[in-house]
Amino acid sequence: MSRIVILGAGISGHTAARYLNKWVGKEHEIIVVAPNSKWNWIPSNIWVGVGQMTEKDVTFDLAELYSKTNMDFRQAKALSIHPDGSADSAQPFVTVEYTRADKAGVVENISYDYLINATGPKLNFGATEGLGPDHGHTVSVCTYGHAKEANEKLQQSIEKMRKGERQTVVIGTGHGMCTCQGAAFEYIYNVDHVLREAGVRHMARIVWISNEYELGDFGMGGVHIKRGGYITNGKTFAESLMVERGIEWITRAHVKKVEAGKIHYETLDGTFHELDFDFSMLIPPFAGVGLKGFSKTEEDITAQMFLPNGFMKVDADYTARPFMEWSAKDWPRTYQTPTHRNIFAVGIAFAVPHLISKPMQSANGTPINPTAPRTGMPSAAMAKAVAMSIRDMLNGAEKPTHTASMAEMGAACVASTGSHILKGTAATMTVFPVVPDYEKYPEFGRDIDLTFGEIGLAGHWMKYLLHHTFIYQAKLRPGWSLLPD
Amino acid sequence: MGNITNKEPYQQAYYPPAPTGFTRFMRTCVLWQLWRFVSINIKMIKLLSRSHH
Repeated sequence: MSRIVILGAGISGHTAARYLNKWVGKEHEIIVVAPNSKWNWIPSNIWVGVGQMTEKDVTFDLAELYSKTNMDFRQAKALSIHPDGSADSAQPFVTVEYTRADKAGVVENISYDYLINATGPKLNFGATEGLGPDHGHTVSVCTYGHAKEANEKLQQSIEKMRKGERQTVVIGTGHGMCTCQGAAFEYIYNVDHVLREAGVRHMARIVWISNEYELGDFGMGGVHIKRGGYITNGKTFAESLMVERGIEWITRAHVKKVEAGKIHYETLDGTFHELDFDFSMLIPPFAGVGLKGFSKTEEDITAQMFLPNGFMKVDADYTARPFMEWSAKDWPRTYQTPTHRNIFAVGIAFAVPHLISKPMQSANGTPINPTAPRTGMPSAAMAKAVAMSIRDMLNGAEKPTHTASMAEMGAACVASTGSHILKGTAATMTVFPVVPDYEKYPEFGRDIDLTFGEIGLAGHWMKYLLHHTFIYQAKLRPGWSLLPD
Repeated sequence: MGNITNKEPYQQAYYPPAPTGFTRFMRTCVLWQLWRFVSINIKMIKLLSRSHH
C-alpha cells in the first residue's frame, strides 16, 4: 500500500483527491491536508460579496465529506517538505501544523510515497501598504469571509447613498503584479447591478483600476474574437460594457499605497496619481504559501524546489528569455518536479515559466503587468491529469502518463450579474488555449472558433449551471464523475 | 448609455462601440438565448474535450 498526501483542498487539491479516491482509494492511503475546515467554490464568492448568496451557498464542511470516503482529512497547514527524508526517517515526509481548534499548534510529520502540492496562493496584501481587509482600507472577495465583509461594507455605502451622500466605488487590482482581473471584473458589474436594484446608481461614481495594458487583458494578453464580420480584440467589448454601465476605467496602474479613502497609484508613463474612494475592492497579488524544503541532512533546499515568489518548480522551462522568444513549449505538461518523480504541484501552487501578457515597466522601473491566471478550469484539468498519472505510476508506469499544459487547454470565464433567472445578464468568454501558441495558431495565438465572447441571458444561466454542477460534483453526489471538470 | 453627448471629444466613453437597441433586445430574448445556451454548452464541451490529454 502506498500513501498519497495532498496539500490543499481547493479546486485543484480536491479534484485530485476525489479522482484518486475513486481510482485507488481502496488499495492505497490518501491523506488530504488543508488549513481551512471548508471547501469554497470561489467563483461564487462574487455573489456573496454583493449579498446575493451566503457562505452556506458557496461552502461545505470538508471533514464531514471526507469521513464518507476512504480519505483521511487533517485540518492543518503544511510547513515544510523533506523529499529525501531525514536522519531519522528514510521515507520522505511533510511537516504540518494543525489549525483545527482542538489540536491547534500541534506539529506532525506525515510520510508519503506521492505528494501533490495544491496549496494555492498566499493572498499577499502586504505587498501594497494599506491594502486588504485585515490591516488596510480595502475589501476583498478572495475568501468567503472576505466576501461577506465586502458585502457588509457595500451595504453601508448603499445606505449612505440612500441618505443622499455621493460615494466613489473603486474596484480592480491592488498591485502592478496582480492576476485574477476576471474576479474584479465580475464584481464591478455585480456592484453596479445591486446599486441599480437599490435605486442609488446615480449616487455612485464607479471606477475600475487595473494593471492591465488595456481592458480585457485578464492576464492572458487579451483575446481576439470573431464578431460582426471582424476579428476584434476583447478590449473593444470590455470597454463597451464599461461605457454601457457608466463605469470609468484606469488601466496600466500599479497601486502603491492605500490610505483611508485615498488610493495612490503609478501608471506606466511614470506619473503618480491619487484617487479618492468610499468603498474599494482591490484584488491582492499572489505569492506561494511559504513552504520550505529540507534535504536529508536538514540543509535548506527551498531555492532548489521553489522560485523566489514561493511557487513550486515543475517541468516548465524556467530559462529567462526575452518576450519575443517565449514559447508555448515553456509551459509545464505533467506538473512533476524536476528533482523528485513523486512530487507534483498543481493549481496556483506551481511556478509559471513567465507571464502570458507582455511584460511592461514604468519609466521608474516599476513592473506593471498582469501575472498569469490559473483559474478554476485549468486548475481542475491539471489536477485530474496528475491524479491519472499517479494512478498509473502506482500501477507500474515509470513516468507521468497524462498532461495538461495551459498551452494545450482552454478556459471559460462567465461574469454574471444579478440573480433573477430572466433579468440577469452575463459576459461569457472562452479561450483556447489559455497560453497563446503562435506556432500552431500563427495569427492570433488561439483557435478563433473556440475563443469567443458574448453577452446575454444564456451566460447567466451558464453561470448558475456551473455553480450548481461544480458544487454537486465537489460534494461527490451520485454520478459526480460523469460531469465534466 | 452613460452621458455620451458626442459634443465632448476625447472623453473615454466616446470611443467604444455601443450596442444597438436590437442587440440589447436579443441579449434578453428568451428564445434566442435558449439557442445561445445550447451553442455555448456545445462550445464548452468541445473546449473541455480538447483540454484533457
